[in-house]
Amino acid sequence: MGDIFVIAEHRNGEIRDITFEMLQKAGALAKDLSCGVTAVLLAGPGEPFADTLSKWADRVVVFEDERLKTYNSDLYTGILTALVQEQQPFLTLMGHTSWGLDYAPALAVRTGCPLATDVNDILLEDGRPQVIRQMYSGKLFSRVSFDPSEGYMITVRPGAFQVEMTGDQAGTVVSQNLPEDLQSPRREFLEFEETAAGDVDITQADLLVSVGRGVGEADNISAVQELADLMGGTLSCSRPVVDKNWLPKYHQVGTSGKSVKPKVYLALGISGAFQHVAGITGADCVIAVNKDKKAPIFRVADYGIADDLFTVVEALKAKAKGA
Amino acid sequence: MNIIVCVKRVPLTQEVDLEIDDTGKKIKEDALAYVINDWDNYAIEAAVQFQEALGGEVTAVTIGNEDDEEVLRRALAMGADRAVRIDPGDLALDGYLNARILAKTISELDYDLILTGVQSEDQNTGMVGIMLAEQLGLAHAAVTNGVESDDGAAKVRVELEGGIDEVSRIQLPALLTIQTGINEPRYVSIMGIRKAKKKELKVMSLEDLGFAPEDLTPQTRIEEVFLPPETEGAEMIEGDPGTTAETIIRIMGEKGVTV
Repeated sequence: MGDIFVIAEHRNGEIRDITFEMLQKAGALAKDLSCGVTAVLLAGPGEPFADTLSKWADRVVVFEDERLKTYNSDLYTGILTALVQEQQPFLTLMGHTSWGLDYAPALAVRTGCPLATDVNDILLEDGRPQVIRQMYSGKLFSRVSFDPSEGYMITVRPGAFQVEMTGDQAGTVVSQNLPEDLQSPRREFLEFEETAAGDVDITQADLLVSVGRGVGEADNISAVQELADLMGGTLSCSRPVVDKNWLPKYHQVGTSGKSVKPKVYLALGISGAFQHVAGITGADCVIAVNKDKKAPIFRVADYGIADDLFTVVEALKAKAKGA
Repeated sequence: MNIIVCVKRVPLTQEVDLEIDDTGKKIKEDALAYVINDWDNYAIEAAVQFQEALGGEVTAVTIGNEDDEEVLRRALAMGADRAVRIDPGDLALDGYLNARILAKTISELDYDLILTGVQSEDQNTGMVGIMLAEQLGLAHAAVTNGVESDDGAAKVRVELEGGIDEVSRIQLPALLTIQTGINEPRYVSIMGIRKAKKKELKVMSLEDLGFAPEDLTPQTRIEEVFLPPETEGAEMIEGDPGTTAETIIRIMGEKGVTV
């Protein structure tokens, strides 16, 4: 049986957490399957990631090239296709990140391997993987099987697996040359740009009063801002509020915004998409208000109120004024 | 610039209690309201804005039954010039098959750019757009939140994690998967949809596309669906709003936040 491959993700000189989360799960699966774990690294010359990864895997396969300092669709797809065809991994794990979303489906098509994406858990059933994943933004779970194949591919949701390993292995590092017939990239990296800087720093607040799609319209935000002011808190929000231009991006909590760590996070009309929840894992206490008693936010909140957010906001304002 | 935009009609599930049907493999869909997939709405707007700036034609494509034509009419009302619906009959579709069917359909059309949403609100896989790009042999970018024409190519902005955008230059023709918030989708009136009924809406079967049923085996299958476990989660605070507010303020105090 082929190894389990984990494709490392790195940005700006750092290996991203998702890489270790995947290596953790790969290690557990490899024990059950009696196979090895191979970390695959595409990086610039002389970058120190291979040493780190060798502590987490049986083997690290490294491709070094000046053009691999940062992610590139065509190079990743081309190099990984050649590697998968040559070494026939049983399972290939990639991050369900913006970059994973960019190359995993292309790699699956080019290699002919079936792909499941945004996966929360991986099971083994008769020696074949099955996955648990969410649908309808977390309102439903599903168990998904694959058509029989030589190899399978999965993108793993960030945060799905807790890292418990300590990174004390002594894996071998193998350098490989880039495939000779590698197509030249059709997309050229220009720059990274920070988009979440602004007048308000939501990462330092003790109290975040946070508003989501449930606020309904731009004009309703002022009522929540008043509550935040009365309580000495800072106003933040979830993605739909920024998408609709109701608040600037520097208010946004979540994967594509900021990770926050307040003492209290008051979530008003926020459904609790995983991209949002990933940004509040550092909060000491989450209190959620949502009309929908089945909203996924109640699965991660400490306290919940199934009610209209404005009813609760007005009652809180009255109490805060009276206090 | 000729643009293809792929769209999907999805059930509205916010503030709805989902029920699982007798097969145990999907939800009961009959009682649900349907809307355009949120990501696709932004993709249509992006396509129409390009057309208004640079000329060319916009074609909207969907896979679905007659009811799904609603999202095509919506795309036509927003400014698309024509629409194509592929009727898959009773065939069970996964992301891979959707991409194959779209690839076959679009390979017959003339285009410089293909736009899809990043993902659909129902399946949440995020794979169809990029699989489609690969099957057509196109350059691509996923999770695009900005795009401008740049001298025969396009300059695209891709949303990464942690409040960072990646800016790159991509050759055309290309496929972009569009992230929500990239633009402000225009309002569509009932009157607009009615007027758009004059525009061409072509319906094709899988046979019309040259597929035989045995060609179309899904790569993944849903074995079962289940509702999230109810035991885990928040301690619910009950009572009238005044009492609830008092409780919230007390909990905040315990956590070191005084109001």
